[in-house]
Amino acid sequence: MSTPLSPERYWRLNRWLIAVGLLLGFVVTFGLGWFARELDFIFLGWGFNFWLAAQGALLVYLLIVTGYAWIMNRLDDRQLDAPGRPPA
Amino acid sequence: MKQAGAGEPGYGRQLNRVYRAYVACFVVFILSLSWLESLGLSREAIGLIFLLSTVALYAGIGIISRTTDPVEYYVAGRRIPALYNGMATAADWMSAASFIGLAGTLYLQGYNGLAFVLGWTGGYCLVSLLLAPYLRRFGGFTIPDFLGERYGGHWPRMMGVLASVLCSFTYVVAQLYGVGLIASRLTGLAFELGVFLGLGGMLICSFLGGMRAITWTQVAQYLVMLVAFLLPVAWLSVKQTGSPLPQLVYGQQLERVSERERELARDPREREVMSLYRHRADLLRSKLENPSLALAQDRALAQLWLDDLRQLPATPEDIATAERALYQLPRDEAGARRLWSRELEEAESKMLPLGGMPPHAQPYAGDPTGSAAQQLDFQSSRLNFLALVFCLMVGTASLPHVLARYYTVPSVKAARNSVAWTLFFIALVYFTAPALAVLVKHEILYQLVGTRIDQLPAWVSAWSRVDAGLIHFKDINADGLLQFNELSLGSDVIMLASAEIAGLPFVISGLVAAGALAAALSTADGLLLTMANALSHDLYFKMVDPSASTARRVTLTKVVLLMMALIAAYIAALKPADILFLVSAAFSLAASAFFPALVLGIFWKRATGPAAAAGMLAGLGLTVYYVATTQPWLRSLFGLDGPVQLWWGIEPISAGVFGVPLGFAVILLVSWLTPPPPPEAQALVERLRSPGQA
Repeated sequence: MSTPLSPERYWRLNRWLIAVGLLLGFVVTFGLGWFARELDFIFLGWGFNFWLAAQGALLVYLLIVTGYAWIMNRLDDRQLDAPGRPPA
Repeated sequence: MKQAGAGEPGYGRQLNRVYRAYVACFVVFILSLSWLESLGLSREAIGLIFLLSTVALYAGIGIISRTTDPVEYYVAGRRIPALYNGMATAADWMSAASFIGLAGTLYLQGYNGLAFVLGWTGGYCLVSLLLAPYLRRFGGFTIPDFLGERYGGHWPRMMGVLASVLCSFTYVVAQLYGVGLIASRLTGLAFELGVFLGLGGMLICSFLGGMRAITWTQVAQYLVMLVAFLLPVAWLSVKQTGSPLPQLVYGQQLERVSERERELARDPREREVMSLYRHRADLLRSKLENPSLALAQDRALAQLWLDDLRQLPATPEDIATAERALYQLPRDEAGARRLWSRELEEAESKMLPLGGMPPHAQPYAGDPTGSAAQQLDFQSSRLNFLALVFCLMVGTASLPHVLARYYTVPSVKAARNSVAWTLFFIALVYFTAPALAVLVKHEILYQLVGTRIDQLPAWVSAWSRVDAGLIHFKDINADGLLQFNELSLGSDVIMLASAEIAGLPFVISGLVAAGALAAALSTADGLLLTMANALSHDLYFKMVDPSASTARRVTLTKVVLLMMALIAAYIAALKPADILFLVSAAFSLAASAFFPALVLGIFWKRATGPAAAAGMLAGLGLTVYYVATTQPWLRSLFGLDGPVQLWWGIEPISAGVFGVPLGFAVILLVSWLTPPPPPEAQALVERLRSPGQA
């Protein structure tokens, strides 16, 4: 946990995380949204398509945002606490 | 999630204490008002107490937080903890329209209204992943500031100022309009007086304390909004399902709503009402073919009827009714055309099952397996839904007053956490709005429909007295019972009347209105400051007089703020109802102006200044052009006639689906054609991408 990444690898990892987050959001919103009419089955007592747009997608968004913040903040700590690197 | 990096743990604890005390005082205030109501305090008095005390509270916070230091004034000293900035951003971002109108839109449009829920929350993914941490790392004062520093030269900054003012101004007028409407409905005060009262409280706050005062006021306003939104819905849910958590249980109510909708579609009385409205629509259509002739005939007929009655031994009531009928006819052809067109529109929706509303749980209109027309309807409805979600998402991630809030946190890490808190606080309300829509629909379908007209609950007549546009009904088949198609609801009434529908005392309705007022004022505060900062910091200080002293800059901002506020209030007092459309277009405008330039500025080093300016101009230009040529009111303003040319059937509200890609394309293309950006710009991008405390 203590060795910091090189700036290039730090940025590459960040971009990768961003791409995963965006893709997840895109699939949930537009991918499943496109097929909303077909996704007409009961899920935990709810019509799945309605639940997805009213609650499910919001939960995924929260997951994306908190997950990204959690991972990146830990990564930043590691980069900045490393020896031989002045705090920016 | 901890409140990262504030560096001042005592500060956070002190804030927690202050806001806990505030919530306690607020609860005591509500309880004492409801006690006074039980002693016989009138609706108007309760409304007035709510209006004056909350506005005074916000103004008071402004006076306590007054400042002349530019860092405090522009970005609240950059020491707002992530959690509190999340609350402030949620209040900043939730406008009067989204507080009052969202539940109503969901009621009227069912699944299709969820585009707003998706777009307005999903946008925060873009803010978190693509913008907020980097803007905080940059650490400027405004959004045009970032464009100016990253791209160099005057043009990108100029475009940023122009787009900030364009988006924010229409938006602020709509907020003030909302303030006037809420104040006049709540208290019976004149609309204009309401506008200026709200403006007064807001100005004291933002004028004296800038971003610092606005932040603490917005936190206070968020708490009011949250309580005002959740309380009536929870109560209604207990009444209907026995559970105080409507978000978890409204699925079963939705099933029952769908069941009742199918039942009503077959109901003979509903069919009777529908066929009566179909006749009416035919009649109105034939009248509209020659309005002047039809009006002359109507007038002659009414006169004849009155003369006949006078000959007969008729009762004075009958004669008075006939006189009123004659008197109420439109005065001229234009008036008749307006009235009949409006009536025709209503009749044409009332001749359809469920008053033209789609079944609540059904995604998209039309039928993918039906006739060609139905298939086309389905395709277009789905495309517009997804296009609207896209525009609202990208627009949320581009509104300058929201993005500027992330300058106020202490560190990049706090910026990331703060976006998560913002989304959490917004989602609290947005999980609940669809629940409210379903619960109210359940109440109306099962309780109201089929009730005898003379036994309708008190809230129906109370709110139709306030404004007939909110709720009105007409027993068109004269059976003494209310049919679903005989009832017309305006979208605002769902939220405004929620407390009384749930059977709560009027004091909670007052609280709901106070929440709506808080939503309007908090958004207007943020918008005014954004415009004032863009004009004074970016236009004056950065471009006209870079040697201006800090005191002079802050003073200038205050003067600009005052001017902007007065102009906006003046326009709002003229009641320009059509401007409300422009608010929904503001998301498309902001998206196409800012999003490509901001994102490429961070993620593509090769993006150049001329390209950014050209891309912003092209994106904004295309969006403005599309809206102006397709939106009915703007078309009449520019004197356009002839058939509307929609591109791929996209509605004007989603014009951003064209503007955003064009903005990206132009920036890419022009960047390749122009020399690479100077080393300073590249160094800035390197700095943005590196981890850092600030």
